[in-house]
Amino acid sequence: MSQEARTAVGARTAASRTGQRGDAEDDTRSRSARDPARIRRTGASSGALSHGPVRLLLGLVVPLLILGAWQANAVLGVFSAVQLPSPGAVLAAGAELAARGELWLHIVISTQRVLIGFAIGSVLGLAVGALLGLSRLADALLTPVVGALRAVPSLAWVPLLILWMKIGEDSKVTLILIGAFFPVFTTVFLALRHVDRDLVEAGRAFGLRGMQLLTTVQLPAVVPAVFSGLRLALAQAWLFLVAAELIASSLGLGFLLIDSSNNGRTDRIFLAIILLAVIGKATDALLGLAERWAVRRWT
Amino acid sequence: MTALLTPGSTHPHHDHRAFGIRFSRLGQSFGTAEKRRAVLRDVSLEVRPGEILAILGTSGCGKSTLLRTAAGLDAPDTGEVLIDGHPVRGIDERCAVAFQEPRLLPWHTLRANVAMGLPRSSSASAGKARVLELLELVGLTAFAKHRPREVSGGMAQRTSLARALARNPGVLLLDEPFGALDALTRIRMQDLLLDIHGVRPTTVLLVTHDVDEALLLADRILVLGPGAGQTGSTIAELLAVPGTRPRDRASADLAALRSTLLSMLGVDGH
Repeated sequence: MSQEARTAVGARTAASRTGQRGDAEDDTRSRSARDPARIRRTGASSGALSHGPVRLLLGLVVPLLILGAWQANAVLGVFSAVQLPSPGAVLAAGAELAARGELWLHIVISTQRVLIGFAIGSVLGLAVGALLGLSRLADALLTPVVGALRAVPSLAWVPLLILWMKIGEDSKVTLILIGAFFPVFTTVFLALRHVDRDLVEAGRAFGLRGMQLLTTVQLPAVVPAVFSGLRLALAQAWLFLVAAELIASSLGLGFLLIDSSNNGRTDRIFLAIILLAVIGKATDALLGLAERWAVRRWT
Repeated sequence: MTALLTPGSTHPHHDHRAFGIRFSRLGQSFGTAEKRRAVLRDVSLEVRPGEILAILGTSGCGKSTLLRTAAGLDAPDTGEVLIDGHPVRGIDERCAVAFQEPRLLPWHTLRANVAMGLPRSSSASAGKARVLELLELVGLTAFAKHRPREVSGGMAQRTSLARALARNPGVLLLDEPFGALDALTRIRMQDLLLDIHGVRPTTVLLVTHDVDEALLLADRILVLGPGAGQTGSTIAELLAVPGTRPRDRASADLAALRSTLLSMLGVDGH
């Protein structure tokens, strides 16, 4: 799975989302024209499928079906307990690790690595994306280099990182940082290139220049794009966390995976995978809420 | 509503300005090297302070280019534009522009969008008062806290006009500002422009493709057209519109001038 492909898909989704929003705006405008009372009601959605609790319940249907099938396997014995331990066994493995105090340690250290790497990588991605997106000179000087660096499969950095930083937090966080950097960089860079020229010109016509133009027109215009970049970056950060921990670590969910694999503990492998899914989804959902707020606020 | 704009008011922003404009052998072309294409050629023209000049011409004849050069958005190739006797060397506070599209910042309220037009030198409290006053002038007080996507196209365009007026411009540059509006809204906007000009007679350059609009609003009409044998448009005609504003939309004098203008623009038989 190439990170370029993921980024490209993300950018396209963001673009199509903006497109749809554009259409909706036109509707709103024509419907609500000259009628202040109606304007407040815009954005009210219809249909049970867009109703929050209903959606939540529907989203639980498939996971529950999978859980049922999984439990049925334990009873029917289609796959052996070594290949596919029962849900109860996975739960018990989790309880055992929790009782020994190890489970929290794995979760906390992994989350901490992701958050630190994601934070630094995103800030760098924003800064470099803004620089290259706004300055023609920086673009001409640096875009080929950044493009070449992006073309390096990120795991290729691992030997170098270990050589430079030894096996420790620094090398892991740096790998995650690299993973988080590129999605943010790419979305910010492209979004700044495509800020509505008419708006920028209007800003200029009213005397805005340099930093003022940047903060008044250009940056607000790319806020929604920045958030889609951040969500992609967070997913990448979790991906790179597991890669980093699989290769060299003594703690963390990735370590739990490789350690359990070496010891034949399929139940713990399942535990680690489920924890990664749940924590990854939870962090993405939080960022998704922030994104929704930002899109409402800045468009 | 208009009482707020009484010329005798002591508020500093009420000191309206009206500057004369002189286009002096102005030429403008775009593109690079062999693809370079002349758009305007040898345009020389004097616009009096407080005058409304309508600029007519077929699409792509350089109407907007002429306006953009006066606004300092594009630098001229040859010649120059003088406003109030001083050459235009880029965007400055003597002019304000309203574009064909409202071009409002979607993440700001209408009030904040109007405030964007305030001169940099204005104090916070004076600016705030001025914005409220302008919103009232264009009839949008009730919508001050709405965002652009929550209001109609006509309201957005009125906001854009208010933003331009916030600059207290000596020259108001209007680039087909009513072109995208429905017929009724357009008539209301034309009346609004005349009201505003009646109280604060600033100089107005109005680019339009609507001959009737030009006849209704302008003191003089400039028709841009191709010069003999050369590329690029120049002044084809400069006509004074008879009568004083407000003009009767159905007057016979105007009807004659209307068909002259239409045939000049290549539309015969009207």
